[in-house]
Amino acid sequence: MRLARHELRQGRTALLVWAAAISFLMAVCVLLYPEMEGDMGELGDMFSSMGSFSEAFGMDQVNFGTLEGFYAVECGNILGLGGAFYAALCAVTMLEKEERGHTAEFLLAHPISRRRILLEKLAASLAQVALLNGAVLAVSLAALAGIGNEVPWKGILLVHLAYFLLQAELVGVCFGISAFLRRGGMGIGLGIAAVLYFLQIIANLSQEAGFLKYITPFGYADGTKIVADGSLDLGLVALGMLYGLLGALAADWEYGRKDIQG
Amino acid sequence: MEAIKAEGLTKYYGKARGIVGLDLCVEQGEFFGFIGPNGAGKSTTIRTLLGLIRPSSGKAAVMGKEIGKENQEILREVGYLPSEAVFYQGTRVRDVLRLSAGLRKMDCREEAERLCQRLGLDGAKKVEELSFGNRKKVGIVCALQHSPRLLILDEPTSGLDPLMQREFFQILKERNERGTTIFLSSHILSEIQRNCTRAAIVRQGRMIACDRVEALAQASAKRVTVHGDINISGLRGVRDLQQEGDGFRFLYAGDINALLRTLAGHPVTDVSIAEPDLEEIFMHYYLEGGAGE
Repeated sequence: MRLARHELRQGRTALLVWAAAISFLMAVCVLLYPEMEGDMGELGDMFSSMGSFSEAFGMDQVNFGTLEGFYAVECGNILGLGGAFYAALCAVTMLEKEERGHTAEFLLAHPISRRRILLEKLAASLAQVALLNGAVLAVSLAALAGIGNEVPWKGILLVHLAYFLLQAELVGVCFGISAFLRRGGMGIGLGIAAVLYFLQIIANLSQEAGFLKYITPFGYADGTKIVADGSLDLGLVALGMLYGLLGALAADWEYGRKDIQG
Repeated sequence: MEAIKAEGLTKYYGKARGIVGLDLCVEQGEFFGFIGPNGAGKSTTIRTLLGLIRPSSGKAAVMGKEIGKENQEILREVGYLPSEAVFYQGTRVRDVLRLSAGLRKMDCREEAERLCQRLGLDGAKKVEELSFGNRKKVGIVCALQHSPRLLILDEPTSGLDPLMQREFFQILKERNERGTTIFLSSHILSEIQRNCTRAAIVRQGRMIACDRVEALAQASAKRVTVHGDINISGLRGVRDLQQEGDGFRFLYAGDINALLRTLAGHPVTDVSIAEPDLEEIFMHYYLEGGAGE
């Protein structure tokens, strides 16, 4: 796993910055909760009765006044979007950066098969996403412990698991796209993450657009719905993992046959 | 078994020509030169042999292993120096060398250290702080540190100062004496002439000559310098004609008897007919309407 270790070292700074930023925002939100808790009785009702706005962000499904509901909404906005951006960026540049940075010729002049390169780079991407989620979860739990409220473990862990799966799916899909690119991966990665996030908002707003939940991973990584149901929609999760797997297979197909530019 | 054998190797990038019907044979232990100007197809040939790009047609084998099917086995035997040595930003020279050795599952620290000392390369430097020449040195160490049986070097001396070029060729000579095959692509003819035993000339994607360097230099063209009241306008096969004082200087690729008859019919005060150097041969092959056309 020499190449995977190299990738982890190369991505160390980005991982630290993203993990610190997301963790900081999560911790700030959690630490603000006790201050808001007293006013939450009326605020919770207000947040859940703002029509389309409440539906768009799933606030009609949970009580925003509870720690679990508050966490699910905040988590959706910070870890959901931040984590998706990080996962997409990490994976979509993973193969493309070798040609963009003119290092592909160096790498591929070594006796390492292209499939092996793919596997190690994919493993490095998933490991970075796992490390980011581990760090965010640890800081969030520390913040939850700090405010002294009883921690709704099941809901919170399920929400974190769902966002990890979302990021894993994005890694697979964006990794596949990366194999087809020679440059310009960053914009595409950020664009994909943003579009998928907004697809879920649209799906929440209109029943006719409900089918979008089968496309976007935010369909199963919807914190408010997970807290309300107390479980993940395993059908959507399986579909999402299938998309991720197809992305990785597309990478294998394309990268194995493409002409590498120096 | 040949170190490199290509038959009808062709590569098109869409409609753009890379190489066309290239036949190439490099024996093991040879110091082989591959000559051509920019865009002639030298790098395309090398990149195809290394499996970085797939040929459009034709076949080739490196160290007896077929390209496209046994790329990993080929790369295990090969040390490759690309024309532009680029490495990962933020890494130090020693990290690049370790990564290269690690990808080969080898420990090359001793040889890497020895090569760094000879080339005056500081392992602690970050790659983005290095000049073009020093980056080239990192590439050279990466290509040599695992002591490959075949070295493929694409424009290896660009960026190296003359002293370093001398040291580099000294290292190559030592490796060649130990049995390493060296395939050197260059458009600097003097370094091919000084170091290689055989060479191929490639032009517009096609090989136009391949022979021993001495034989190439003794190709049909002669460098003729003649002084006196001479008219050579009727002589066929004259190239690179230059007026020189009261005479001419030209490359002559025609019938030598016709040249002698023409000269004999004029009051010649001085004449010299010599083998041209490789540079002149190269120009001979490349000139519009030359033998290579």
